[in-house]
Amino acid sequence: MKDWPLWEVFIRSKQGLSHKHVGSLHAADAQMAIENARDVYTRRNEGVSIWVVESAHIHASTEDAEAFFDPANDKIYRHPTFYDLPDAVKHM
Amino acid sequence: MSCSVSPFSLLLFSMQDSHFQYLLQLGDNALILSHRLGEWCGHGPVLEQDIAMTNIALDLLGQARMLFTHAGELEGRGRSEDDIAYFRDEHQFHNLLLVEQPNEDWAYTIARQFFFDVFNYHNYTALLQSRDEHLAAIAEKSLKEVTYHLRYSSEWVVRLGDGTELSHQKMQTAVDDLWMFTGELTTPSETDRLMAEARIAPDLLKIKPLWETKVAAIFEEATLKTPENNWMHSGGKDGRHTEHLGYILAEMQHLQRTYPGNEW
Repeated sequence: MKDWPLWEVFIRSKQGLSHKHVGSLHAADAQMAIENARDVYTRRNEGVSIWVVESAHIHASTEDAEAFFDPANDKIYRHPTFYDLPDAVKHM
Repeated sequence: MSCSVSPFSLLLFSMQDSHFQYLLQLGDNALILSHRLGEWCGHGPVLEQDIAMTNIALDLLGQARMLFTHAGELEGRGRSEDDIAYFRDEHQFHNLLLVEQPNEDWAYTIARQFFFDVFNYHNYTALLQSRDEHLAAIAEKSLKEVTYHLRYSSEWVVRLGDGTELSHQKMQTAVDDLWMFTGELTTPSETDRLMAEARIAPDLLKIKPLWETKVAAIFEEATLKTPENNWMHSGGKDGRHTEHLGYILAEMQHLQRTYPGNEW
């Protein structure tokens, strides 16, 4: 079991629109990973769809979040906040 | 004639008796196997398989509860599922000898599970047509769980059989050692025979070829050899058990027998 890779598990619930990360597990291959995910993470009807991805295949942004994401902080023109909504429009 | 019991009512009595015993056959299989799987709790080779084993154990326990409750109602003596599970002695249990066999190691546990699951799957499928509607309903619910059990155990047989040299050797050993308990699965007891006649239970002789075909197919994929030994143990269905059942019941029933009627 030492050489079983680690997999990240994402589950979409019945009402959900997207898969959410719920945890990780070890498995020898994709089929076993899905079954393990089913046994471990859907005991209480949490989901109808399972994605498993080998952790090694997930690429994440690095810690230097400030510098990497900073250019977006002061560009208010990217947000739809300059419209005057007519009263007749109830829900937006 | 001084005896006021007519032959007709004697026949009815024996049918109800058989019906009750038949439900115990099914319920005891589930209960004892569930107990064996529960012994893995906290001792699984990896976390995920520990959970898988105990999930299966809980599924089986749920099936035992439904079957015992139905049996108690049929018997009509006011026995609850707990009375039936905890207050019977070995010779009153009607489970297969296969399910009492010890866990030994992962290979034995998987082999035992696989042999039982193939039978359980086909048996429950056939029970969907049972004249006992309550039993047919139990079968419908249980079949969903057992379909997954069969998938799980089949895949593990293949993984271990067609795995490393060591896993193959251990899997073959387990198969060879447990083979002599597989005959009982599809060998009708007197109860099985009477129930099949009453269309409450399936004809086990029709399930036998289905069992053999599935086992052969999985063995081929797993590169395992079917043992040549044809001699089979029997007796479990009639209350004659191996030395293991006594210990199992001692552990399982101890608490209820020491403090009868106690609840959490």
